[in-house]
Amino acid sequence: MATMDELPLRLRAFLRVYPWRSLNPVPWTRMPKSIADGNLSIVSTAGLTEKDQPAFDRWVQGGDFSFRTISSDVDVRNLVDSHRSESFDHSGIHADPNLAFPLDRLRELEREGRIGRINRRHWSFMGSITAPGRLVARTAPEAAQQAVDDGVDAALLVPA
Amino acid sequence: MCNQAVGLIAGEFEKRGISTVCIVLLREVAKRVRPPRSLFVPFPHGYPLGAPNDAPLQRQVIERALALLEDPGPPPLLAEL
Repeated sequence: MATMDELPLRLRAFLRVYPWRSLNPVPWTRMPKSIADGNLSIVSTAGLTEKDQPAFDRWVQGGDFSFRTISSDVDVRNLVDSHRSESFDHSGIHADPNLAFPLDRLRELEREGRIGRINRRHWSFMGSITAPGRLVARTAPEAAQQAVDDGVDAALLVPA
Repeated sequence: MCNQAVGLIAGEFEKRGISTVCIVLLREVAKRVRPPRSLFVPFPHGYPLGAPNDAPLQRQVIERALALLEDPGPPPLLAEL
């Protein structure tokens, strides 16, 4: 189980006083149809990119708030990890990127008719964002609008 | 930080009419950030769906998360695997 206690001491001290953002009120969209009829997408914050995309920038102060879109026909094994965090073990994601970007699992669910369909693209962020103002004001709304334009019904969000 | 980011991104998707469910590794962070639907999983950082190359376990997590999409609420929902 992940707890704050397993994080490095310096990071724990930082998180103890960190002013977490809170959603208040909690936004809520009721799923308009059953999952078996819905268009699903993945949003990952594991810092994954396609091979030909620029890596996330580890030097952006407050964290790189940009995102990449990942095509649904990508070979998951070819996704590249450029997450800057040293506070988690990256070896599992390197062995199998489905661990944080479960596109192969969604493909299985689609084949079995458990979900309606997989959207044509997905959204990838790097989650080490200590100053999330620009994420909330700019890039998260931009990604969300792209999902609206695509007719996405639901998103599965996966951290690292 | 990843757990905060998924919650905040989920909020922006929900505001625009897209239902979301977040996998979360830190229950404390989910309680503070309050994403609308969260599935707390008992795995270490870097292993949000359990284990690499373990499709049945990854499926179990995903199916449990997707089931929350059909929960009538009210939010915030915080379920456990």
